[in-house]
This record gives sequence, structure tokens and C-alpha cells, in this order.
Amino acid sequence: MNNLDQLVISATADFAAATEPAKLEDAKARYLGKEGSLTALLKGLGKLPAEERKSTGAAINIAKERIESALTTRRDALKSAQLEAQLATEALDVTLPGRGLPRGSIHPVTISLDRIEQLFRSIGFDVADGPEIETDWHNFTALNTPENHPARSMHDTFYLQGADGKVQDDVLLRTHTSPVQIRSMLAHTQRFQHLETMPELRVICPGRVYRVDSDATHSPMFHQVEGLWIGESVSFADLKGVVADFLRRFFESDDLKVRFRPSFFPFTEPSAEIDVAFMGGELEGRWLEIAGCGMVHPNVLRFGGFDPEKYTGFAFGMGPDRLTMLRYGINDLRLFFEGDLRFLTQFH
Amino acid sequence: MQFSESWLRSLCNPTLSTDELCHLLTMAGLEVEECRSASADFSNVVVAEVLSVEKHPDADKLKLCSVNVGESSLLQIVCGAPNVAAGMKVPCARVGAKLPGIEIKRAKVRGIESFGMLCSARELGLSDDHGGLLPLAADAVVGEDIRRHLDLDDHLITLKLTPNRADCLSLLGIARELSALTGAPLLAPEVKAVAAVVADTRQVVLDAPASCSRYCGRIVRGVNARAATPEWMRRRIERSGIRPISFLVDVTNYVMLELGQPLHAFDDGVLEGAIHVRLPKSGEQITLLNGVTGMPGSTVALIADDEKPLAMAGIMGGEHSGINDATRDMFLESAFFSPAAIAGKARALGFSSDSSHRYERGVDFELQRKAIERATQLIVDICGGQPGPVVEAVSVAHLPSRQPVRLRTARVVRVLGIHLGADRIETILQGLGLAVERKGDDFLVTPPSFRFDIEIEEDLIEEIARIYGYDNIPSQSPVAQMAMMPATELSRTPMVLRRLIAERDYHEVVTYSFVDAAWEADFTDNATPIVLANPIASQMGVMRSSLIGGLVGTLVANRKRQTERVRVFELGRCFRRDASADRVAGFDQPLRLAGLAAASSLPEQWGAPAGRVDFYDIKADVEALFAPRRMEFSKTGHPALHPGRCAEVRLDDRPVGIIGELHPRWVQKYELGTAPVIFELELVALLETPFPRYAEVSRFPAVIRDMALVVPQSQTLAPLLAGLRAAAPAIVRDVALFDVYQGKGLGENEKSLAFRIVMQDTQRTLEDAEVEAVIANLLVVATRDFNASLRG
Repeated sequence: MNNLDQLVISATADFAAATEPAKLEDAKARYLGKEGSLTALLKGLGKLPAEERKSTGAAINIAKERIESALTTRRDALKSAQLEAQLATEALDVTLPGRGLPRGSIHPVTISLDRIEQLFRSIGFDVADGPEIETDWHNFTALNTPENHPARSMHDTFYLQGADGKVQDDVLLRTHTSPVQIRSMLAHTQRFQHLETMPELRVICPGRVYRVDSDATHSPMFHQVEGLWIGESVSFADLKGVVADFLRRFFESDDLKVRFRPSFFPFTEPSAEIDVAFMGGELEGRWLEIAGCGMVHPNVLRFGGFDPEKYTGFAFGMGPDRLTMLRYGINDLRLFFEGDLRFLTQFH
Repeated sequence: MQFSESWLRSLCNPTLSTDELCHLLTMAGLEVEECRSASADFSNVVVAEVLSVEKHPDADKLKLCSVNVGESSLLQIVCGAPNVAAGMKVPCARVGAKLPGIEIKRAKVRGIESFGMLCSARELGLSDDHGGLLPLAADAVVGEDIRRHLDLDDHLITLKLTPNRADCLSLLGIARELSALTGAPLLAPEVKAVAAVVADTRQVVLDAPASCSRYCGRIVRGVNARAATPEWMRRRIERSGIRPISFLVDVTNYVMLELGQPLHAFDDGVLEGAIHVRLPKSGEQITLLNGVTGMPGSTVALIADDEKPLAMAGIMGGEHSGINDATRDMFLESAFFSPAAIAGKARALGFSSDSSHRYERGVDFELQRKAIERATQLIVDICGGQPGPVVEAVSVAHLPSRQPVRLRTARVVRVLGIHLGADRIETILQGLGLAVERKGDDFLVTPPSFRFDIEIEEDLIEEIARIYGYDNIPSQSPVAQMAMMPATELSRTPMVLRRLIAERDYHEVVTYSFVDAAWEADFTDNATPIVLANPIASQMGVMRSSLIGGLVGTLVANRKRQTERVRVFELGRCFRRDASADRVAGFDQPLRLAGLAAASSLPEQWGAPAGRVDFYDIKADVEALFAPRRMEFSKTGHPALHPGRCAEVRLDDRPVGIIGELHPRWVQKYELGTAPVIFELELVALLETPFPRYAEVSRFPAVIRDMALVVPQSQTLAPLLAGLRAAAPAIVRDVALFDVYQGKGLGENEKSLAFRIVMQDTQRTLEDAEVEAVIANLLVVATRDFNASLRG
């Protein structure tokens, strides 16, 4: 090993021993500085005989490059060590909570209504809306509910007091969303009556309804969604298909059992009550009444401006409150209307 | 409608289990609401005869009985019942019997061996009667299983009948339906005319034939009003949910349950002259059997004699005209009252009776004579008596008519979506007892007198679907005309707004639309709220004209549950009388979105000190809801809000809502501690969204200048900002406030408003001179029009 090799080894060792930048610069000076040993060797070149000068010079330069490279490597190492040390001091407790405004929540029944709207929109249903103080005509008469039907009694229906203090008998709080059926039909038939064949009417009507009833399973105010499909060839088999499809999509359960059994509503004929049974969970196998439906009664079609010989249709009405309770396992209807944040914040 | 399964099976007995029977009825539209056993489960209890009774040698209250259970040897049984007596027949639980709660073993009772137990009704789980042993009929067969003897394997079935199926308010009606569904034969009771033994009659006069178009009456002399109701009859009416009273009352109820015809029994001894079915005279009142006195309007018919009213027709008998224990001669009524005449009348008096329930839904108008004969036969057979002839008054013109209904096979196929043949349809119609006339594939169907729900083709289609089975109709995915639905960019849905405000930490609530009148008085300027005629509670008595009450109520309720920080919103209707409203004349019913925020502006958290939520926090929420549209906020007054801290929200120069701190008066009254901030906005304004308009984006540098203006404390921002914007030339892209300062360096009644002015041109780089000129000009405007000076 010659002197130059010795010098490179010694410089590399000195650099490695320098644990901070200032000391590394001191070590650098000892080799590459003005007084440095390598610098001294370069300065001594001139004294050498010309034939040796070239080869010795080349050897010294190689040694110099090696020392410089060792220096750079060490500088980089020190720099990263320093950065790491600094980063270590900057470390955060990543488990502390984030700051700022959290998110609020959407009412669980609204979530259901939104899903219902989306599901029906996906097969071409529009969404309609109607007044909650409704005329007796829209709520009952046009829905083929005769004058003395029990549903018209003071026991079920909220009435208003007129300015004279007496009961005003031409308006009421709507007892179901079905009057929106009438409003939708009339709007549709007025718009398209000039056509020989009117386009189909597909609409759902969600909203609040009112009945004089209050206990653990009844609220004087609750929600309903009405659905209506009128066209030239709409049948009971279609009704079964649409409602069963909806219920399976709503509950995201392909094996949900759905049954239709005969019932009675003044505004549909034939009429059916719809029951569902879940294939798992707490309510497994129990038939639960979930909606009413049927083929729109010819009188109702006529009130809505349709010729029942040319058009048929189906209608259904269901309670999103109950659907929501079943979906999320909520056991008390009143929770929906009490505004308890401990309850509401569970939904989003 | 409750009934006994074994009674039904005596009229129609298909080979179905109880569960299958219930399922079949439910799926045919006669929903079984409940089905329960007639008795508790037990076994090894037989009819026994007590042969002798002796005193127990060691116990005063116990007796030694020798009992015959139909075997060769007698049983010795110790019994403590007070009514045990030699010769009586009682239920005996034998050794090994399992009764509700106990098992009978051979036992020594006070030293004497006992081989079984004599039972009370309660020990068998039949009733709560524990007064003594259950006495059985004298002719009970000793040794017979008690379950058979008392028909205890029976079930009590309750139907939830829809109002159109009045024909199923009787055992015969349900049996008829069951027969149509299963093909099992209908075993209707044979009813024969009972010959008159005496000639006594009462004339019947129909003065109100629209209410009563058929009335059958009959005198039965010499009845035994104290006769016991036979066990079988008693059991059947009891299991149908009607309390046995006395034989003559029970028999009317029995026939009503069996055939569906309400009957009434008068004490003939109190009747004077003829029977009149008439409308009440002005002011006439009657006191009914249940103590109710009144007259629900002038349209309810009365049953009266020549002197006085006797009963409210089809609803209930009068207090003093009915049979009692002393009755010797009775007058039996079997009438047809029209549904329209009865509907709603009992309800108007606050009750319902078995009779009114049936009449208002429709009673078979050809059943009256049959029912009176049936009842007479039972009376004569069981308690004796001499019947007179039946007097029948009828107004044929007023009887319901049964028009033939046309039914087309093609229509059935179209409405139901199944391919049913005409032959199948004919079979179904005939099975239902309908008179059918076929013409090719079409039919003329005449409904029977017991059906009040078949008037149009669709009614028949429902009958066909019911008997065919709703389950057997396929569920099919409909084929529809497809057309894309419009999707406008000029409005958004309420759901978008809900999500937007929920993202800003508000929780959605749904509160009642009817509120406490005090809320309307406190929080709105509505002097004439819409009052409910029949509220469910006084604090839910008026329709809300603002959502504020419900939100404040929610805050109060949550504070009671120890939730301090509350941020809630509601999207719902408000109601106000308005003569110009036309969707429902006289009632304006706008949808609104309202929010309330109380306590700290941020939830308590580390590293972010949060102040109490204030006007400006909530104003940012309102601005976010309307963004990108710029709203105006102008000072206003509102009964719910702090007069100095509330504003009207305006859009395009029309009011669209309010925002402000709750008035300190209400903060105190509702014990809220600190004032919540509230907003309430018209939904229709929120739903509109502006269509985006493209403006060229500049490639030249922007110049930014800040300008702090000292103005009087009372100077509001909006006019100043509007003045600056109006005075700014086209190169000014924006003038915006970025700081408000009061305090050191300013006079007591001064404040500093700092504006940032951004200038840019799309075609060139701006020159210093024109920039300085703009700023100088803005300062001139501020100084001249707003008494402002540049802050040094």
C-alpha cells in the first residue's frame, strides 16, 4: 500500500469519526484545505522530475477524487441524520382527534323517503307533493269514499275551526297522501287531454299525514308514500311485481317474502294488503303488515279525468315510518318526533 | 267478529287443520287477527259423579268424597270445596292428570288417602271462578273426557273484517265463504215456519220506509223468562265474545251470530197499540238500554207504539221496553234498516252496538222472516210459549235493488294480468252463490241479497281474484313506455339542501305541525292561528305558522336530557290563512327550512377555543345555503328575535326569510340560559339555483390594493360596500371586506373597515397610474358619501 492509499483510508476514517458538520469541515481542511496533506502533495508536484510529474499527478488526483467522494457521502449522511433528528422532534400524536365542525345528521325517515324516491325514480316515477290542509273533496269524495264512511268521522280526521268558531267541514288535515293521486291525475289529464292516447302517469307522493290517534304504535302525525301508475295495460300482476321488487330493494334482501291478501279500500278494486316476512333477524318468519294497494277504482279514474275503459292503473300507500323502524330495528314510533339528539345522531 | 271454530265447523267442515283454516280465511280477505285455544292445555280430567260426602275426621273444612268416574271401583277423594254435595256432577282430575301448574298424584291429606282432585273452573284454566267446584249438567255422561264434554279443544277465532264484508258478520256467512273456497258442503240450519198457536198480533206501520223497508214482528205468549240458557248455546255465544244475560236475550244474540240478523225482544206487556217505525218528533228523546239519552238528529228512525218511543231503530232498545225476568209475553222484532239510515248514528252518540255495526254495513234484506222463525223455534223448544202469527210490513220500493253486473272475461284478463278462461270464471262465480247468466265469454251477474259490495265489474273481478288466490297471480315486471325524465339545472331538490345543512353540523328533526297556541303567540306575529276543531291535546291545538316553535321546543327537550349544545333543522310546512291562496282556497301552506344553533359554535375540543355561537356564525350557514347567490340582510323586527340582532333575508329584492338571536324575553321564559340563533327560510327561494354564466379568465397579472376606512360606529357595511362597488370601474374584479377594527388608535365612536380591492383586465397589464386613480376615486366616494376617512 502506498502513501496515497494510506491517505484515502485515513481521510475516510476521519470523516466517519466526525459526528457533526463542523467537525467534518475541520477534517476536510486537514486533507483538502490550503494546509491539507493532499494539497501539500499537489504543491510538491512541481519539485518532481518531469517524467514522474504526470503519473504522480494522476495518482494524486485519483486519491483526491476518492477523498472528495468520501466527504460527500459523509456530508449526505450527516444531513439526513440531522433531518431525521429534527423530524423526530416534530412528531405529532396522530391519535388526537381532528379539529373543526363535525357533520350533522339526516332524520332516519327522511333517509327512507330519499331511498324510496331513488328506487322509484329508477323505473321512471316522478315525485309529486301536495297540501297538508286538504279539501274534503280531494281527501274523500274524489277517492270514492262515501259520505258516511267511518274514515270520515270526527274520530279519525282532524278538522279545523272556522272563523266563526264552528267546525269548517270543507277542509281537513289530510288523512293519507292519496289526495295527491287526484291532483296528479288532474294535472296529467289536463296537460295531455288533447292527445288520443295520453302518456303513462307514474308518480309517488311522499309526505306527512294526520289522524286522531296516539299511542306507542300510533302518532297523530306520521308519514306516507303514495304510488300511482296509470296506463293502457297496467295490471294487478304488474302491481305485484313493482311492489315486491321495491320491498326487496328497499330492505336489500332478495329472499324477503312478500304476500298480497284481499282487503278493502274505497279507492281501489281489487284491493290488497301487503305483508312481508324476513328470513332472518328478530322478526324472522313473522308476517308484518306493511302497505295497502290495489287497482285504481273506476270512479277514482273518472274523477281524475281518465276513461276507465281505456286506462287502468294501480296505486299503493305505505308507511315509511314503519319501513324505517323495521330497517333499523327501532322499536318506538315516538322517537321519530321527539327530536332527541342521542337518537338522531345515529343516522347520517 | 269473534267466533268458535267448532260452531263454524258444524256449518261447514273442510278437511283443514286450525292453522290451515286460519291461513285460508286470511288469504281470502277475512283476516284472522287472533286464534286462541278455548281452554288451557290439560289431560286426564273426566266427568265424575259425587256419590257421598262425609266429614274428614281431622279437618273441619275438608270432606271425604266417594266418586264415580265410570270405572268398576269408586275413588276416595279429599275435597275442600264449599259446594261439594252428593249427587252433583263435577270434573275430576285423575291421578296422573296434568293441570295448568300442577300434576295430580296419589296423596295423603291429613292422614287420609286421596285418589285425584275435584276441580273448579279456575283449576282447569277456564275462568277465574274459584268459588267452588264447576258443576256439570245433570245428564253429563260419567267417565267422559271433560275436554270432549265441554268442547274444550275448540278455538276462538277473531276476524278483522273489512267494512265491505258485512255478509261475514255471521257464522252462516263465514261458512258460506268457506264452502266457496274449499268446496266443502254448507250445512245451513234447517229453518221451518213455526205455526201460530195464538192469534194475537200487533199491527206494524212503516212511516219511514227509506229507513226501514221490512219489519217482521211476532208475539209469543207465556214465555218463561227465567229459563236457563242451554249449555251449548251459552258456550257458543260466550265464545263469540257476547256475555250471556238471560235466555230470551241470549237467543236473540244467538240467532244474530248464527244468521247475521239482529233481533230485538220487547216486553209485550208494556206495548200499547200498533208498532210504528217513524222519524222522531221535534225534540223527542229516548233513553237507551246502555243509559245513553239523546237523539242523533232528525233522521234516525224510532220504533214506537201508539204512545211512546220504544227503541232507536237498528241501534239499541229503549230502557223500559225490553224483556226482563218478569216478562210473560214478548214481542219479537226482526227488521231491515237501510245502511244509509244507520251509518254513523251510533257513533254520533258515542258508542257502537252489535246491531248498528251490522246494519250500517248491510244486513241481508231477505233474511228477516227466516230469522224470526229460527228464534221462535228455539224459544218454543227451550222455554215454551205460544207464538202468534208473523206480521210482515214491507215497502218493496224501498228495499235495496240488485242490478245485474256485466262481466267480461277480456276485462278480467286485462285488469288481473292473468289468462283466466270463461269456464273457470263461471265456476268461481257460481261457487260464491252469485246468479250467473253467460253470453259467450261475458256474463251478467246478479249479486245475492246478502252482498252489499258488488255493484260494478271490478267488484266481481276482485271476487274472482280472491277465490283464484292472490298468491296465484304472478308478480311481473311491467313493460312500460320509456322516456327520459327532465333534469333541470335551475333548481335542486330539498334533499340537496338537507345534506348541505347537515354537512354544517345541523341535525334534522321532525316536529308536529300542530303546536301550542303559546308558541304561535310568542314566536310569530300571527294573531289568528288556524285552530284544530278536535285536537289530540290542548298543547297541540293550532297549526304552526312558523317552524321556530318546534325548534325551540326541541332545544328545551334536549336540555332536559342534559344535551347542552344543540344544532337542529327542520324542513316542513307552515300554515296561514290567506284569502289569495288557491291550491286549497284560503290556506297558504309554504314549505320552509329553519335551523337553530345553541351553546358553543364548535363542539368542545382540544386546541380550538370555541365561543358562543353568534349571529355571524349562523349567517355563514344561511349564505352557504344560498351560495353562489348573494343575499341582502336588512335590519328588521320579529316577535321571536332580539330587536338589535335580527335581519330579514332578501333575495332579488323580495323577503325570503329571517335570521337572528332569540329574544331575551323567550330565553328567560323557556329557561334557555343563553340565546340560540335561529333562521327560517322559504324553501321555494332555496330551491332555485342560478345557471352558471362563463366570464373570461384573465391571463394578465392582478393588482391588489388594501384600503382601511375609518367610519362612524353606526355606519353599516352594506350601503358602503354597495357604494364602493357601484363606483368601481370595469377593471375592478372585486371589492371585499377583510377586517373590522375598533379600539386603540380610533375615536370612541369610530371603527375601521378594511377593504381589499382586486383589479385585473382580460386584455392587458394594468398601469400603476390607472390603479392609483381607481383607489383615489373610491376614497373620494367613501369620504363624500359615507363620511369616511383613510386610516393613517
